[in-house]
Amino acid sequence: MYGGGYIFDEPNKKQLREEQQHDDPEKLAIFEARISKGEKIEPGDWMPAEYRRQLTRLIEQHAHSEIIGALPEGTWITRAPGFKRKLALIAKVQDEIGHGQLLYNAAETLGKSREAMINDLLSGKSKYSNVFNYPAKTWADVTVIGFLIDAAAIVNQVANAKGSYGPYCRALERICYEESFHLKQGHDALISLATGTPMQKAMLQDALNRWWQPIMHFFGPPDKVSQHSEKLMQWRVKMASNDEMRNQFLDTYVPKLWELGLTLPDPLLHKNIETGRWEYTDPDWDLFFKVINGGGPCNQERLQVRRWAEEEGRWVRKALMNPKERRALPVA
Amino acid sequence: MSNQSYDPRVNRLKLGNADDPIKVEEGENWNVYEVFHQEKRGAHHEHVGCVHAPDPQLALVFAKEQFGRRKKCVNLWVVRSADILAFDLEDEDMFANNLEKTYRDASGFKVMDKINKFKGEAVKPPKA
Ligand SMILES: [Fe+2]
Ligand SMILES: [Fe+2]
Repeated sequence: MYGGGYIFDEPNKKQLREEQQHDDPEKLAIFEARISKGEKIEPGDWMPAEYRRQLTRLIEQHAHSEIIGALPEGTWITRAPGFKRKLALIAKVQDEIGHGQLLYNAAETLGKSREAMINDLLSGKSKYSNVFNYPAKTWADVTVIGFLIDAAAIVNQVANAKGSYGPYCRALERICYEESFHLKQGHDALISLATGTPMQKAMLQDALNRWWQPIMHFFGPPDKVSQHSEKLMQWRVKMASNDEMRNQFLDTYVPKLWELGLTLPDPLLHKNIETGRWEYTDPDWDLFFKVINGGGPCNQERLQVRRWAEEEGRWVRKALMNPKERRALPVA
Repeated sequence: MSNQSYDPRVNRLKLGNADDPIKVEEGENWNVYEVFHQEKRGAHHEHVGCVHAPDPQLALVFAKEQFGRRKKCVNLWVVRSADILAFDLEDEDMFANNLEKTYRDASGFKVMDKINKFKGEAVKPPKA
């Protein structure tokens, strides 16, 4: 995973608007001209305070999503059906942790320390993709995550890889390469169930029914209600609107589910031939916000497991620490 | 924990209160090392990213996990990020090339023209 399409914004924006006004207009003009020419911004470049803040938020939350996203799947490593599936799942979960590392490094180049990011995750200040607040109840859930959640993440990550910030783009290039394996192994495992015994089919259909709403939530609220950020689009931080990405996802993956004889729990879901866009029942957005703010079935468990890992690993980190080392941020 | 997890290992941990504050201290995640990857013998080592590690030896171990687990790799280098010296990005213009640099370029030296001219003159029969 998992560039969660939706990036949680902290409610206080007033102070940042003021910061933004302090940006040197001459430097801002050079910066924006550079982006409009398709050039990348690198860590040592001048950048507007708001660009730095938004990118830090985006990349940090993407990193948290990779790490937390590995938890529901990691649960199933010991119970994967067969050796080949177990090997693939171990490899995938390791990749996701690696993605987290790559993204934390990219976020650090913007000036926020790794430790500060972890603290913000543990305290609940910084969010991660909402889908991981739901449990992976059966093996079928793992196949749905591996195929559909990774697919949704790929739509988002491929778009973001064309963004303006060099370190993020480079990390995403490597990530997208590995995601193609995640998608393929997920699709393969899902097809096994879809074409298997009646019990396997029923188990998969049940998982799909449970995951459909979180998947529809994945790209965030519809464009008509989410505050449209022209600036973020212009600065190539946000590369496509929530609805555009959701539509692209539905267009590619719904047919791949239907062709297997699976159904989706939305009678309105269909592609409008005239507009070329998918139409669907609006998912429950109140529920989405409730889950983001801690009210999902697994929010507590995810953070507790993450805290446990920090606490239990602390003595190892400390034993190896050299306090006299001169520390630095990643170069690129 | 109030709810039972679907993961038996999580239940066995008997995790405490979610409100227990734990704060990771600055520096706890060690230092940053830049990683250079060599794809095959004879190729240059190329910068691929970085890792956090307490010392260079472990940085190599983590670099192998992070950057050597899939694509071809025969060797890795690590170097402390703090030891990298780079030009300031604002000085980019000093690399701008003077367009008239043919004196630095193979194409700036027209030897064949001169040889052909010399040969053309040499084969002319000497005037009687
Ligand atoms: Fe990932
Ligand atoms: Fe993935």
